[in-house]
Order: sequence, then C-alpha cells, then structure tokens
Amino acid sequence: MSTTVKPSRPTRPVRPVLAALRDRAVRLAELATTPLLPADYLDLVHPLRSGTDLRGRVESVTRETADAATLVIRPGADWAGHVPGQYVRVGVDVDGVRQWRTYSITSELARADRCISITVKAVPGGVVSTHLVHRTRPGTLVHLDQATGEFVLPAPLPAKTLFVTAGSGITPVMGMLRNHLAEPSDVVVVHSSPTPDDVVFGAELRALAASGAIRLVERHTRTDGHLDAALLTELVPDLAERSAWACGPLPLLDLLEEHWATAGLGTLHVERFRTGVVVTGEGEGGTVSFGRTGTAVEADGATSILDAAESAGVLMPSGCRMGICFGCVLPLREGAVRDLRNGELTVAAPGDGVLVQTCISAAAGACDIDH
Amino acid sequence: MTTLQKKSENPIAHLSAEEIELLGKELDEIRQEVLDSRGESDAAYIRTVIDVQRRLELGSRAVLLASFFPPAWLLGTVGLSVAKILENMEIGHNILHGQWDWMRDPKIHSTTWEWDMASPAEQWKHSHNELHHTYTNVVGKDNDLGYGIMRVDEDQRWHPIYLAQPLWNFVNACFFEYGIAAYDLELGKNLASKRRRNDPAFVAGYKQVLGKIRRQATKDYLVHPALSGPSFVPTLLANVTANVVRNLWSHSVIMCGHFPEGVETYEKTSIEGETRGEWYLRQMLGSANISGSKAMHLMTGNLSHQIEHHLFPDLPSNRYAKIAPKVKDLFARNGLRYHEAPLPQQVASAWHKVFRLSLPNGWLAETTPRNAPAQLAKLWKMTTGGPKVRRALSAA
Ligand SMILES: Cc1cc2nc3c(=O)[nH]c(=O)nc-3n(C[C@H](O)[C@H](O)[C@H](O)COP(=O)(O)OP(=O)(O)OC[C@H]3O[C@@H](n4cnc5c(N)ncnc54)[C@H](O)[C@@H]3O)c2cc1C
Ligand code: FES
Repeated sequence: MSTTVKPSRPTRPVRPVLAALRDRAVRLAELATTPLLPADYLDLVHPLRSGTDLRGRVESVTRETADAATLVIRPGADWAGHVPGQYVRVGVDVDGVRQWRTYSITSELARADRCISITVKAVPGGVVSTHLVHRTRPGTLVHLDQATGEFVLPAPLPAKTLFVTAGSGITPVMGMLRNHLAEPSDVVVVHSSPTPDDVVFGAELRALAASGAIRLVERHTRTDGHLDAALLTELVPDLAERSAWACGPLPLLDLLEEHWATAGLGTLHVERFRTGVVVTGEGEGGTVSFGRTGTAVEADGATSILDAAESAGVLMPSGCRMGICFGCVLPLREGAVRDLRNGELTVAAPGDGVLVQTCISAAAGACDIDH
Repeated sequence: MTTLQKKSENPIAHLSAEEIELLGKELDEIRQEVLDSRGESDAAYIRTVIDVQRRLELGSRAVLLASFFPPAWLLGTVGLSVAKILENMEIGHNILHGQWDWMRDPKIHSTTWEWDMASPAEQWKHSHNELHHTYTNVVGKDNDLGYGIMRVDEDQRWHPIYLAQPLWNFVNACFFEYGIAAYDLELGKNLASKRRRNDPAFVAGYKQVLGKIRRQATKDYLVHPALSGPSFVPTLLANVTANVVRNLWSHSVIMCGHFPEGVETYEKTSIEGETRGEWYLRQMLGSANISGSKAMHLMTGNLSHQIEHHLFPDLPSNRYAKIAPKVKDLFARNGLRYHEAPLPQQVASAWHKVFRLSLPNGWLAETTPRNAPAQLAKLWKMTTGGPKVRRALSAA
C-alpha cells in the first residue's frame, strides 16, 4: 500500500480510431447544444455517469449515536478510489446554498457495491453536520471531489501502532482499522469520548478488542477527565516503540505534539478537523492577499476589498460598486469577509473558492483571494 | 416624456429629504427580509425551471424531427418558442443578474452562465447590469433609453430621421437579439472613427460576438435541420420562427419596462451625489409593471415586476411577486404612482410614445381632423427644411 499517492484509475486502452470518432461525435453534439454542453442535458437523467462533475447519491443514513450517523454514498463513475484514512470534500446544498466540508472515509475498500461511507457527528449549530445527520434522506445527490489526504498508513504496516482519537476523530482511524486489521500488527487504540454511549463505532471497537485484534483503551471524559501526557504514558507504557496516528479536538492534538517533541518520540501523524480560519470579531479588517498577482493589502473593516485592492494598485474587475452588477465577483480561497451592507459573515476554508462581491465585502480577518 | 426635473408638476416635490431616506430604509428592510428567508424552496424553484426548460427544449426538438407533418411542426415550434423564451427571460436574464449567485452553485452562477442569444453573457452583463441598472432612465447615460437609435424623450431634439422610428422599432423587434449584441458592442459609437474601429478591445469584442452568432446559427439553422433529414426545411423554418417569436416577445416585454407613457426620465446632473433613498426613488418612478397571471410573470422572466426588479435587481425573481404588495403599499403611502397595467395596454402605450416622439413635440396632440391639412403642411416643411426652419416652426 502506498502512502499518499492517489490510486489512479486504470485507463482503458481505446483504439485511436475509436477515440477520434468519439471526439468527433462529442464535438457534433456540442454544436447541437451550444451554448450549453451535452452534459447539461445528460445530467438531467444520469448525474452519476462518467465524464461529468463528480457527484454521489446517498444510499442510506444509519444512526451511530444520538448525534452521529453514517452515510453510505454511491460515488459517480469517475470516482478514483481512496486510501484508508483519506478524506473527501463533500458539497451539500443546505437551505439552498452549496456548502463544502471534508469528511474522512470510513468504508471498507472491498465493498461489493462500490459505495463509500462517511460518518458525521453533528456539531451544535453546525450547518452541514446537522443537516447530514438529521435531515438528509436516501436519494439525495451530493457533490464530491476525489479522495485526498496524507493521514494514511505506510506499507508494510509498522510492527507496533498507536491510535489516539477523541470524539469524531475516530472516523479516519476506523477507515484504517476496517481495512488493515488482517495484516499482522500490534495495535493500540486510545479513544476518548464524554460517555460510553457517545462512542461512535463503540460496539464495533469493543468487538474488535474482544476478538484480540486491537487493544482498546476507552476513556470517558465525563467521569475520567481529559487525557494528558503522563496518563497516556501510563496507559501505553511502550509509547516510544509505537508509530502513532492521532485525530481529535485541537487541544488534544496540541498536547500530543508537544509531548512527542519534548520526549523525543518517533513520528506522530495528526489529522485536524478544524481549519485555522480565525474570525476576529466586530470591525475586523485584515490582510487581503491576492494569490495570483502576489500582492497583499492591509484593509480595515470599513473598506471594501475592491477599494482597498485598487488603492494598492491591484487591477480588479468591477462594475457598479454598489452590490448590484456582480462584475466584481472573485473566489475567496480562504478567510472571512463581512458584507458591508448587513454585516453578514462569509467564511471560506481552503479549497472552497466561495465567490464574493468584493465591492461590498470587507475583510474580517486574513483573506486569500484568487486573483 | 420630459425629464422629471423639467416638469411643471414634479411628482416627487411633496417628499422631503427625510421622507426619501425613510423610504430607502423601508426598501432596505424589504430586501433584508427576502435575504433572510431565501433558501431551499427558492433553489428548488430555479432548478425546476431550468429542468423543465431543458426537457421542453429537447422534447420540442425531438417533435420537430418529424416536422414535415404539419401538426408536429406546429407543436414543436410552439414548444421551442416557449423554451427559448424561458431560457432568455426567467433563466438567463435573472442568473446573469446574480439573482442565484447566493446558491454558490457554479452551474447556476452569473460568472459562468452563457445563454441562447447573440450577445455573449459577459458583454451583456456590462451594458445591462452596470450601465442600465446604475443609470436607469438618465437621459444621455442610460443607452437602454431608445438604444441610441430612437427618440424617447421630448428633450431629445427632433430630426426628420425620427419619422422612420416606428419602422426601426419594428425591425429592431424582429431582430432583437442581434440589436442587443450590436448595442452591447456600442457599434454605432465604435464604428464611427478609425481609431475606435481598430481598438483591440473592440475588435476582440466583435470577434467574440461573431463567434457566438456563428455557433448559434449553426445550431438552429444547420445542425438541427440536418438532424431532421427529410424535414430539413420545415425544421429550419420552425427554428427561425421560434427565434423571431422570442425576439418579438422579449422586445415587447422590455419596451413595457421603461417606455410606457408616464414613466419618468431624469437629467444627467440630477444623479450627482444621489443618496440611496434617491436612487431607489428614481428606480420606483422609472419603471412600469405588467399585471397578469402567474404564467405571464414566468414568461416575462418576472420583468412584469419591473419596478421590484429595478429596486432589487439581485433578488431571486420568484420573490418579486411576493414583495410586490409591500412595495405597492409603500408607493401609496408616499403618494407615488405605481405604474401597472396589462400587457396589451403597456405595449400600446409604449408604441404610442414611439409614434408620438417620431413626430415633433406636440404635433400629435395638436392635430385634429380639422387642422390636419395645415399640420401636415407644417410637418412637411419641418421635414424638408433645415434646422433653422425646424426651430422656427416648433417654436411657433
Ligand atoms: C480533514 C478533515 C476530515 C474531517 N472528517 C470528519 C469526519 O469524518 N466526521 C466529522 O463529523 N467531521 C469531520 N471533519 C469536520 C467537518 O469537515 C466539519 O468541519 C464539521 O462537520 C462541522 O461542519 P458544520 O458545517 O456542521 O459546522 P459549521 O457550521 O462550519 O460550524 C459551526 C460551529 O461549530 C464549530 N466547529 C466547526 N468544526 C467543528 C468540529 N470539527 N468540531 C467542533 N466544532 C466545530 C465552528 O467553529 C462553529 O462555531 C473533518 C474535517 C477535516 C478538515
Ligand atoms: S462592482 Fe458591482 S457588484 Fe461589485
């Protein structure tokens, strides 16, 4: 098994003549559908076919705990597969707005139905997670990206591994356990959750432990308190001999990284579920950087990004400059902006490319604009 | 129509500056209410319209494969005309306004959409969204007022060439999409001088338009007729008909938006330092609505709610009907005229203005069966005489 390389889809050998014919047919079809593409019509009837944007259909939604559910998704024909531990970007329409979030893939590679699964824990007030857990029905179409991520296991497996997880951080690890347990390895899983009932995949983990496949150390923070370095050393005495993978809330990951560094332990692989986007509060402002032009502008919270950029000499698309014409729309790659008209906040995580009107948007923290 | 600033009875004189700003605030609130409640059902609406339009277009084109059979021709042509109208009006126009950008769906977004029309989306967005919606009805700034080829205001000096304007208007209606493309290119202005003709931006623009027209024409006048085999000619005729029907329809709807008698126009200087409230007020009095059924609103791309559209060009079109009662009430409370009438009435009113202004100011109103010979003689003199004669006679 490779580490980070995405498995590439086996290219079917197509005879050049056939390929040329197919290209010609496609071009002819395009002449008949311009200014739309044939795909725009085909998508009406077959959204999961090869050659179109990658989508998936939710096949089932199964409750795991009171606030977590597993969604089995049938990906489109162009799905290139994944490596256990990787995640997938999922685009979901919530209240009519396309929202993209990332979820670790929890399914087994060898599923007969070629489906994948993700397991989502509803975050209080969370836009997408609550929608996926509580309001999504089988049959819903979601948008997908190819799987990616470097939180994966090496081949061959290390002799001794340790997984430290908390809350929904168990998901990528479950993806690994389900696929690699057949391989001989000494696996320890230390998992924290508020109560025994909150353990996502609790029954499955306990069954694995009972069968001897893993050693499971379950910690329930409501009664046992939070995990710390000393406690972890006590729970796993051979810590230094183990390759470690950790996923969970930021404080836990920070604590582990610090301990690994100070104790001079081996490699610790971590997966973070929260992004570093910081919304600084009222009257923010921040540095606006334009990736492609390589400019960075300091903008206050009362000035539109358009004005700030232009006064710094950035050539910007614009139009009415009052929020009507959409001539100034650019993708916000990462960061947060505030609508100067009503104070509404728009936040983009890396890869989102949320389109914002720069003439009525002010920086609300550092922003990276694709321009 | 005389610009509002020159009128003896100014329809907004009774409003104080505070009242105008208050009115602006109320409109901002209406806008905010829609923004706050915009959601799943709105998204479902536009997706359904797009879905239905695509199926209708495919179905109609399929029926036209057998268009040598007259009932099939009729059915296919009607279906295709309706599909093309939906595509331009309720779908294209409104998506290109950014009304659906909030969905963040790259497939239904003002920056990615392209429509079935001679003018490329990018060029149309500039001349329509940036110029027309910003400078609505400001004489000399809003080229939509008469598209630069017509006299639509008393303050434009009369010239005999305008006698042909009803004919122009009809020709423009038949070839409306090409008229729009030429207009978006500012063809008149740009062809006038060699320097402008050779300006790289203009050259790139017209090449883009020609490319678009070629692709559009290849589709409707070659590929689909060819696919029909023995029905080549009937299918070709069907496609021509559908395009002309759409041109006539959209021209009529768009005329109703700002041309009917009683819609206000504005002086160039009047918008200097315009406040948000004043901007709203200009839009309120510079637009006219078409009353009618749900189907009428759908087929006009909700431009039947031109007033609501001009106040809030970026709100989803399906919401205009829902906010219309509130807007109407605001007009009433402020003693303003909410210009609304059924389609035939608005079309007739707009055409009346086209005829009236094709003639010297006041000519039509002064003419009675009795003085007709004298009036005709006067018109003849004004038409054949030079500018001096015209000035003398129109002053008389
Ligand atoms: C690589 C990666 C893999 C991920 N895999 C999974 C997974 O397998 N299962 C899973 O459930 N989630 C996973 N996540 C988290 C997921 O992408 C979303 O961030 C999470 O579902 C919250 O989104 P939301 O729209 O519900 O919350 P939002 O509406 O974006 O946020 C609502 C509130 O919750 C807070 N919040 C955001 N994210 C979290 C979080 N993770 N935990 C606690 N509070 C949060 C926000 O600060 C905000 O205050 C993963 C994230 C990453 C980066
Ligand atoms: S410049 Fe018009 S919306 Fe921004």
